[in-house]
Amino acid sequence: MFENIGEMVVLFWRTLMAVPLAWRQRQKVFDQFFEIGNASLLMVCILSFFIGGVIALQTGPILVERGLASAVGGLVGISTCKELAPVMMSILIAGRIGSAMAAEIGSMRVYQEIDALRTMNINPIHYLVLPRMLAMAIALPLLVIFSILVSWLGGAMVSAANNRIDISFPAFFMNLREVVDLADVGNGLFKSFCFALVIGVVSCHQGLVTRGGPRGIGRSVTKAVVNSIVLIVLFDYILTRLLLK
Amino acid sequence: MNGSLSQNGGVSVEVRGLRRSFGAQEVLKGIDFTVKPGEVFVIMGPSGSGKSVLLRHIIGLEEPQAGEILINGKPIGSPEVMDNYRMAMVFQSGALLNSLTVGENVGLYLAEHGLKSPDEISQIVAEKLEAVGLKGTENKMPSELSGGMKKRVAIARALVIEPQLILYDEPTSELDPLSAVVIGEEIRDLNDRIHVTSLVVSHDRDLAFGVADRIAVINEGRIIAMGTPDEVKGNPDPLIRKFLHADFKRLNES
Ligand SMILES: Nc1ncnc2c1ncn2[C@@H]1O[C@H](COP(=O)(O)OP(=O)(O)OP(=O)(O)O)[C@@H](O)[C@H]1O
Ligand SMILES: [Mg+2]
Repeated sequence: MFENIGEMVVLFWRTLMAVPLAWRQRQKVFDQFFEIGNASLLMVCILSFFIGGVIALQTGPILVERGLASAVGGLVGISTCKELAPVMMSILIAGRIGSAMAAEIGSMRVYQEIDALRTMNINPIHYLVLPRMLAMAIALPLLVIFSILVSWLGGAMVSAANNRIDISFPAFFMNLREVVDLADVGNGLFKSFCFALVIGVVSCHQGLVTRGGPRGIGRSVTKAVVNSIVLIVLFDYILTRLLLK
Repeated sequence: MNGSLSQNGGVSVEVRGLRRSFGAQEVLKGIDFTVKPGEVFVIMGPSGSGKSVLLRHIIGLEEPQAGEILINGKPIGSPEVMDNYRMAMVFQSGALLNSLTVGENVGLYLAEHGLKSPDEISQIVAEKLEAVGLKGTENKMPSELSGGMKKRVAIARALVIEPQLILYDEPTSELDPLSAVVIGEEIRDLNDRIHVTSLVVSHDRDLAFGVADRIAVINEGRIIAMGTPDEVKGNPDPLIRKFLHADFKRLNES
């Protein structure tokens, strides 16, 4: 996967240079944005609820046993907003949307649609890559905000319902507010913004370099998802290290 | 982008010593020819002889490995050519954008380059679709069309560009004889009306001899004959006689 890093950097750079043209492509950005939301909102909801819930379930009883009941809200709050929501949602979106982007652009490549665009003097980066990257960069952080809220709700509900934890809603959120400040949420959102760019670049790049027939498309889709996930985890470590106070 | 262009009329195309290999397979082995402005130039040749590869080079989708292609004397791919001349290609497969409707496909060039208002675009689209015999199909998706209809939409899409050079890759290969005649007439008509330079790749002898000002026959990556339709018909080369004759034989059998 690393032999393509150079090409991906070039693609990213060219897309960046095309950002001033974004207004002309606003309709396509909006379409893509709507598609991302439409395709993933329900899954984000379910996934986030259970992520919050399971963190509460894993840590709650242990903390409560040791008399640290007041730490449960903060722990769930900080771990979901800084780490789990951004990373898990990005992985989900890589699988759900990155794959679709690679498949769509890949089949356009294989069936000469991209050649047709080029003969019409339409730059595939402006026409295909830019709207997808922008939509991704806007949609993913928004989904992560949503995910953070739902996962907190999940954590709080599990903490209240499980009799070995048994922390009331107000107590959970009081502690959460003591520990989590806006900067922590911003931290998670910034990471998800970076992951969105990673998914966008990797998926569009894989689509554009697709060779061969349907098999080639399949290969591109797999590579897009796997490479996105690997890079997300890598970037996650690097960003976390850099953002560490 | 191309909106400032007002000059019309065809461009000249000059192909010099063009060579192209895919791996060990040499597909184009030194192609030389010149197409004059406003000419209809037909390239014939057996399947796999490199005709589509040649067209892809002329429109600038492939880089020549050796030799050069000049549009009005300027190398293809240079900014001067890309910005100053309008060129269009009708792909062998049509290459319509499958996620867009027929109308959006045909109007794509105008819409993307912001050349016309949406109302004007839909009017032009309707006009061009009618010209290729597909009136009222604007809202269909390409997947709902037959192969021949796709080809005709692709031709409409190329016409919208009002090109100075238009490349057709087997424009009639999937059409019934009647539609083929309509397309042939459209190719000729376009030439008479706006003096576009046309390069037509075709197996269809009726089309070739019907529309061509000049014909080149290509075989195994080389041009083996070139001239007016009558010159090619009268060419004594056994290979060419065989190529034209083979078609006759198959017609007689069926
Ligand atoms: N991208 C490619 N990679 C490898 N080989 C190719 C490629 N494109 C074309 N070829 C080879 O080049 C040769 C010529 O192909 P081309 O498509 O130009 O034929 P053609 O003359 O258009 O035939 P037809 O009349 O059947 O369309 C073929 O042998 C084909 O295998
Ligand atoms: Mg061909």
